[in-house]
Amino acid sequence: MEHSSEVKEMANELGNYKTCVSARSTDKEILKCSQDGGIVTQLFAFALEEGIIDGAIVAGPGEEPWRPQPMVAMSKDELLAARGTKYNISPNVSFIKEATRSFGLDKVGIVGTPCQMQAIRKGMLYPFGWRDVPDKIALALGIFCMENFPYQSIVQLVEDHAGQKLENVSKMNIGKGKFWVYTDRGAVVDLPLKVTHKYEQPGCHVCLDYVANLADISTGSVGSPDGWSTVFVRNAKGETVWTKAVAAGCFETKPIEQVKPGLELVTKLANEKITKNQKTIAGRASFGAGKALRNPYI
Amino acid sequence: MGLLGLLSKLFHKSGSSAKSDTGAVKMVESKRKEEKSVADKITVGHVHMSGCTGCLVSLADNYGGLLTILDRYADLVYGLTLADVRHIPKMDVALVEGSCCINDKCSVDEIKETREKAAVVVAVGGCACYGNITRFCRGGQQNQPQHESFLPIGDLIKVDVYIPGCAPTPQMIRNVCVMAYLLLKGNAEQKALATSYLKPLMDLAAKGTEACFCNLMTEVINQGLCMGCGSCAAACPVRAITHEYGKPQGQRDLCIKCGACYAQCPRSFYSFDVVNNYEAILGAINGALQ
Repeated sequence: MEHSSEVKEMANELGNYKTCVSARSTDKEILKCSQDGGIVTQLFAFALEEGIIDGAIVAGPGEEPWRPQPMVAMSKDELLAARGTKYNISPNVSFIKEATRSFGLDKVGIVGTPCQMQAIRKGMLYPFGWRDVPDKIALALGIFCMENFPYQSIVQLVEDHAGQKLENVSKMNIGKGKFWVYTDRGAVVDLPLKVTHKYEQPGCHVCLDYVANLADISTGSVGSPDGWSTVFVRNAKGETVWTKAVAAGCFETKPIEQVKPGLELVTKLANEKITKNQKTIAGRASFGAGKALRNPYI
Repeated sequence: MGLLGLLSKLFHKSGSSAKSDTGAVKMVESKRKEEKSVADKITVGHVHMSGCTGCLVSLADNYGGLLTILDRYADLVYGLTLADVRHIPKMDVALVEGSCCINDKCSVDEIKETREKAAVVVAVGGCACYGNITRFCRGGQQNQPQHESFLPIGDLIKVDVYIPGCAPTPQMIRNVCVMAYLLLKGNAEQKALATSYLKPLMDLAAKGTEACFCNLMTEVINQGLCMGCGSCAAACPVRAITHEYGKPQGQRDLCIKCGACYAQCPRSFYSFDVVNNYEAILGAINGALQ
């Protein structure tokens, strides 16, 4: 706790953090299919190697193309199979107890969206059904998230709107105000976000966290140049792992102040998300005629 | 240093009091606390209604932590096989396990007496909160085949705090014990922390005595709040919950109505005040139980 006074009390929208940098993995193999800087894959690979974690819950390949399935990765190969953002729901937290049981992990890594980081921290404080789990969460990596999509929404966006077969898609991305679809044969289709908005998962519209404030380390593309990721190192645990990984040569880093578009854009988008969703929450209070929708925040 | 001291240290980290704390003052303070620690204990009883003793085993599974709790923070004044006391005494906190068989006068009297004697009644586990597996009783079991009607204790008495789950985890029961201690013996700030930690559990107690996987449908998914994190599936003790296209799908025939899934859901209740401080709170609890 002696470090707590050093935690930079930034404006609330970016959460508490100790350091923020722009970074990318130095591992060519990881970068080949990573979403941006390969931060999550590289950190877990390093943590596995160093024994910081015994395994990591990641969004692995599922039964249908681009439909993720939570999996416990216990080797670099398994981590590599889970690279890249899928833009639809992977209930990673559903494996948090299973990882400590069937998989026998004592030190669990988990990657997740901001809401999943909230779920993890709530579960550590209120482990109603997560027996012996709280002390075994060794590394929680959060990813920036504006909203998520149900799988069928991705089918509709890619196959109906973008006119591409999902199994031919090599990468999806949201950036520069558009939803991008890249195919194996080189086609690139972009959809304006105006089209994608209505397909978003409704539960995302009450979320008040953009940059995974409660992760040990959170990362996302926003704020950094193409191929790089913005990284927030948030607490003592995150700092220990990050410092070791950088010292081991896992990452190239640049001060966030020296890259474009930098933290200004992250702050702007975080504020946009929070403001929009606070309005949604306020609207829920008078949604019906004299009837409110439930507010989960107390 | 005891828990109160640890917590006040943690929660005053940026305040002026921490800066003015000299080593000597701390020494005196911690010495005073240690001397007073026995008198400062709260009294706790374990009241066993119709349950499987799994909740008590879960409490015991805190191992050394339980001994530390009993050593420093709480005196066990009542408990089957654990305390040699036949009648329910006056106590600060009653941890009630199991539902109440209304066909058994002794059980009904005992739960009412618990309410009279205890300042705080905690329903520990699915049976006490929601009936849980005892909801499925049809009678006929030896040696009291006529015992067929079991009610969650909240249908007979006012309950202050719920700990759903089957069994609720050792860590969850421990956390509530520690927070109950802070609520009853802490300073204003510690009472405030304990209140905000316990409030959702009080709200669950006030909300009612029925729970089911269906709560996830009616109060989370139907309400437009589910974001598919998976917390519920990890909490379910009977593996009744899977995820179909990112949303929980329950095998309702398997559901034992313990209430763990809904309580575990970050969209059932979520307090930024409490959860944003997870490191300090967990650090203090773990530190105090070393």
